[in-house]
Amino acid sequence: MKLDRRGRRSLKAGAFMAFSYVSTVLALVALVAILASLLVEGVGGLNLAVFTQSTPPPGGEGGLANAIVGSLMLCAAAMVAAVVVGVLAGTWLAEYSCDSWYARVVRFVNDVLLSAPSILIGLFIYEVVVRPMGGFSGYAGALALALIATPVVTRTTEDVLKLQSRALRESGVALGSPLWTTIQKILWRAAGGGIVTGGLLAFARISGETAPLLFTSLNNQFFSLDMGRPIANLPVVIFNFALSAYEDWRRLAWVGALLIAVAVLAINVLVRVLAREPRRS
Amino acid sequence: MDPIFRAVCFSAATALLCALAGVMVSLVIGGWPAFAKFGLGFFTSESWNPVTEVYGAAGPIAGTLITSFLSLLIALPIAFGVAVFLTEFCPRVLRRPIGIAVELLAGIPSIVYGMWGLFVFAPVFAKYVQLPMVLAAPPGSVWEKLVAGVPNGANILTASIILAIMILPYMAATLRELFLTVPAKVRESAYGIGATPLEVVGAVTLPYVKRSAIGAVMLGLGRALGETMAVTFVIGNAHGFPTSLFSSGSTIASTIANEFAEATSEMHSAALIALGLVLFLITFTVLALARALLGHRQAV
Repeated sequence: MKLDRRGRRSLKAGAFMAFSYVSTVLALVALVAILASLLVEGVGGLNLAVFTQSTPPPGGEGGLANAIVGSLMLCAAAMVAAVVVGVLAGTWLAEYSCDSWYARVVRFVNDVLLSAPSILIGLFIYEVVVRPMGGFSGYAGALALALIATPVVTRTTEDVLKLQSRALRESGVALGSPLWTTIQKILWRAAGGGIVTGGLLAFARISGETAPLLFTSLNNQFFSLDMGRPIANLPVVIFNFALSAYEDWRRLAWVGALLIAVAVLAINVLVRVLAREPRRS
Repeated sequence: MDPIFRAVCFSAATALLCALAGVMVSLVIGGWPAFAKFGLGFFTSESWNPVTEVYGAAGPIAGTLITSFLSLLIALPIAFGVAVFLTEFCPRVLRRPIGIAVELLAGIPSIVYGMWGLFVFAPVFAKYVQLPMVLAAPPGSVWEKLVAGVPNGANILTASIILAIMILPYMAATLRELFLTVPAKVRESAYGIGATPLEVVGAVTLPYVKRSAIGAVMLGLGRALGETMAVTFVIGNAHGFPTSLFSSGSTIASTIANEFAEATSEMHSAALIALGLVLFLITFTVLALARALLGHRQAV
């Protein structure tokens, strides 16, 4: 069959449309398949012991309590450091830098750090913290996570501060307050929602990070709150248990994966809900 | 007080700069013994043997480049299709939910992708794709060489596909953002003179965002190069140079993840850190190019 020019065009357009539909369906199928296997494999193992008992020896009874607590401690410590440094650095970029060449360098470096391979961050912290201190520790793990979270906070802080209107700045200065008071009392408050969003995204990002923890905080089979020693954490436990030969360890790994995924997805949804609300300022 | 606050903010910004410089310096110092001992052989030799203390990184370096390239080859057309769907064809009601779903896919931690790849995807893939392909390959052909390997699902191609699923949402989201920057007036005038969607995308949208779109692709490539956990689960972790799509291999990141905590000798750690430096230089180049093409304002 020979098509005229018009037929060829509409045929091509149809094929293009079909291709685009198929692509989207494929992406959605991947999402559904991953979530479905998490639910199928993870929900069965979910019980109270998961939250109250520590990781078991092979064949024994146990849960993930030490890993959950350890993960929360690592992420909390990392977020404190990341928010402090990130907000200050973002403030400098947005308010003080005047777009100098140095600001452009910092911005570029921040963008590179934003997508730098996390395993290299782990190697770096190993070299500068673990090796000199003579052992793996929770502090090293928290520091590695902080280094991954900080660029996210810096970036969002800079972006939301730049969104604030010039009038806001000028009204602060017109009241006779110095710039730093204006920033702290007016701009940070006005931009608060956006900064919180950035913090949450950073938290979601680091809560599943495994690679940088493998040789910084390592793992701990027992319940421990001591950040100066190796500390258990969900990602590394999942990694070790999933690759083990024991059926019950693998089941716990699925439960852990489900917990992390639910936490991360919940934060992402929360961020969208927060972002949707009109900003009160 | 103001100068003090300003100085504090300035030092926070400088700390970021120091962090990146620190990463590079520490990798150079830590990896130096390996470079000094093996010289260029570190890049060309494929024998990696902790027992005899001989380290050649050709296998992991090749594995990293091959898996990243293959994953890009798979993910790019699909990401493009998704972005086009969301900007051109999607019914208004579905636009937001599907957009969110794609972004959620980007939020799933990589270790979950790894586990899913190992326990769910790899067995299915080995049984329904790899085995038939191996059986169907005519003996003695190039095709047979390309698909040779143990059909256990842990190989270069599986790793590439898992990587592709991981970088797909990033690229789709960035491309969609880019497509939305095309002024509606321009697109609609193209439709107005009777262009089909394909012609609008090909003649108006793509040329408009060409530069940034290449940046978005490079950003995806950067992620694929450095991705650790998803790959470590499904690549099979063999050191040699990968010879076929279905041979086990390793990437730089997966080698470091597997061996670093257990490396006992100085030279073994040094060789792994030297690998890390190679990865750093590759990703830094790709990311720097991506940022230069994208400009600062685009996407996270």
